Amino acid sequence: MASSVEVLPSAPFDDEFQSKRVTFWARFRRHRMAMIGLAVLIVIILGAVFAQQLSPFDPNLIDNAHWKGNALAPCFESAATCAGHTLGTDDLARDLLSRMLFGARISLTVGLFAVLMEVVIGTILGAIAGYYGGWIDYAIMRLTDVFLSIPILPLLLTLTGIVAASSSKAALGFGVIVLIIGALSWPSVARLVRASFLTLREREFADAARAIGGGDARIIFRHLLPNAVAPIVVQATLDVASIIVLESTLSFFGFGIQQPTASWGNMLVNSQANLETAWWAAVFPGVCILLTVLAINYIGDGLRDALDPNLR
Amino acid sequence: MVRRTLEAIPLLLLISIILFVILSNAPGGPLGPYLQNPHITPADIARLRHNFGLDRPIWYRYAVWLGHVVTGDFGYSTSNAEPVLNALLERLPATLELMGVSLVLSMTIGIAAGIFSAVRPYSFADYFITTFAFFGQSMPVFWFALMLQLAFAVHGIPLPFGYQIQLPSAGLASSDTFDLGDRIAHLVLPTIVLALLQLALFSRFTRSSMLEVMKSDYIRTAAAKGLSSGTIIMKHGLKNALIPVVTVIALSLPTILGGAIVTEKIFAWPGMGRLFLNALDNSDIALLMGYLVMIAVLVVFSNLLADIAYAWLDPRVKYD
Repeated sequence: MASSVEVLPSAPFDDEFQSKRVTFWARFRRHRMAMIGLAVLIVIILGAVFAQQLSPFDPNLIDNAHWKGNALAPCFESAATCAGHTLGTDDLARDLLSRMLFGARISLTVGLFAVLMEVVIGTILGAIAGYYGGWIDYAIMRLTDVFLSIPILPLLLTLTGIVAASSSKAALGFGVIVLIIGALSWPSVARLVRASFLTLREREFADAARAIGGGDARIIFRHLLPNAVAPIVVQATLDVASIIVLESTLSFFGFGIQQPTASWGNMLVNSQANLETAWWAAVFPGVCILLTVLAINYIGDGLRDALDPNLR
Repeated sequence: MVRRTLEAIPLLLLISIILFVILSNAPGGPLGPYLQNPHITPADIARLRHNFGLDRPIWYRYAVWLGHVVTGDFGYSTSNAEPVLNALLERLPATLELMGVSLVLSMTIGIAAGIFSAVRPYSFADYFITTFAFFGQSMPVFWFALMLQLAFAVHGIPLPFGYQIQLPSAGLASSDTFDLGDRIAHLVLPTIVLALLQLALFSRFTRSSMLEVMKSDYIRTAAAKGLSSGTIIMKHGLKNALIPVVTVIALSLPTILGGAIVTEKIFAWPGMGRLFLNALDNSDIALLMGYLVMIAVLVVFSNLLADIAYAWLDPRVKYD
């Protein structure tokens, strides 16, 4: 309970915090799929961080020496002609493995930064709505209704389409994609935070904090917010997964990360036309997306079980 | 209930205002396509701008747009050379066919799988279904579509005795003459793609709702008075467990509409989603606006319907 911070400083609180952390980890560890997911995600993160060192080729290099108009097959399929491209190349003879490693950077960072933005906006608006209530709450909730009533994919495509048309598709860099996704996906977090604040603000420790003269900002961020963290963390984790899918879908439609920069989504763009000749170019990048999203979803599931068993 | 219905109107107005503001910031606005044309002089553009009222302030233009929409006039689609409403309504049946069939598929299989795993929780079957649902929820729709094309259209799944499953993967039908078998064959792959995501969601939700209900006192009472387990599950359990599932089905509409865009693009399905993508490529502002408003209306009304259905199915719920 957060009110103990005011009354009893440091020692007892630290103990409690320590034991909370231990039970959290003990609970999380019991979720076998979440642990596997964590291991998979760590491998993918390491691949992204050390993409430069691990890549056998420059991800944008066109292997002109071996290119004969078609994608080069992976080594396990045709060892004689693969020319060192372990997982083959795309239709422009760029090394698939190297592009996948660099694509991991895009997917993970877009997911991470867009979710950070979503959490910051959603938490602030949700906290204000839930804490103050009244017309402020009404106004913020109607705004979230608006954004939840327009399906996110067409809205995203429209916005990125406008950005692309107003300057050029090259303007659709990493920053723009993160900004647009983050600016559209906060309503789910806002609703969640508002719901917890509606009950938290009535609790005794909120009254206590008010009674000793805490300002609104202090009560919101120091007293109420720490008690609302668990559902936010779960939602944010699951949203990283859905945002990675969104980004890859946008890139697949040509309104996301632009060539030559590799993203798992834009690597699949030409693969539909070349399905008959180069299955590997269509299969491997998608497997990366699926594995990453699956891993994060299982971690989110494990977090939900570990943070609050009552949530299920 | 009347109040909730009335609340939908200001919500839709707010949605349309926000969409209008966003889309009028598109470069060139509705005249974008003309700006590319070398035969149209700046003087022509200025004249068109004045004639279309684009030199008026934005609130005035919105009021004019709203006035026309109320009478069913969504403007003129530049990329299709026909009124927006005609273009949308022409493509609506194809989209509804796709969405409807996949919704029926995902509902029946999803709910059945959910009941099945809730009746035997933590069994092998439950474990299998839950894992499958997790895969379904994590699957990127467009890539799943590509993989189905690769398996069923490009290569074909081999069957014994030299037969193989080969399915068409583009368009509504192979020819203009109506052939039911051919239509169904064309429907299979896009429907599976669109159904997968919902299927996973429905089965997970039915399972947890069913588990919740099976723990309640009235189920224990039913068991105590000696009813068969089939009657308990179907008559007492399922009836109550399905109430929240109805809401989830209605609330999943935005995802289905988004999924339909992806599916229609990959399978060259002549529906509203492809029309929207085409409008996006051609900066056809009026059509974009019409499409977005139309799907927002669909979503708002399905949410309303979910609320009404919920109150009707569960008399404990009351809206003021």
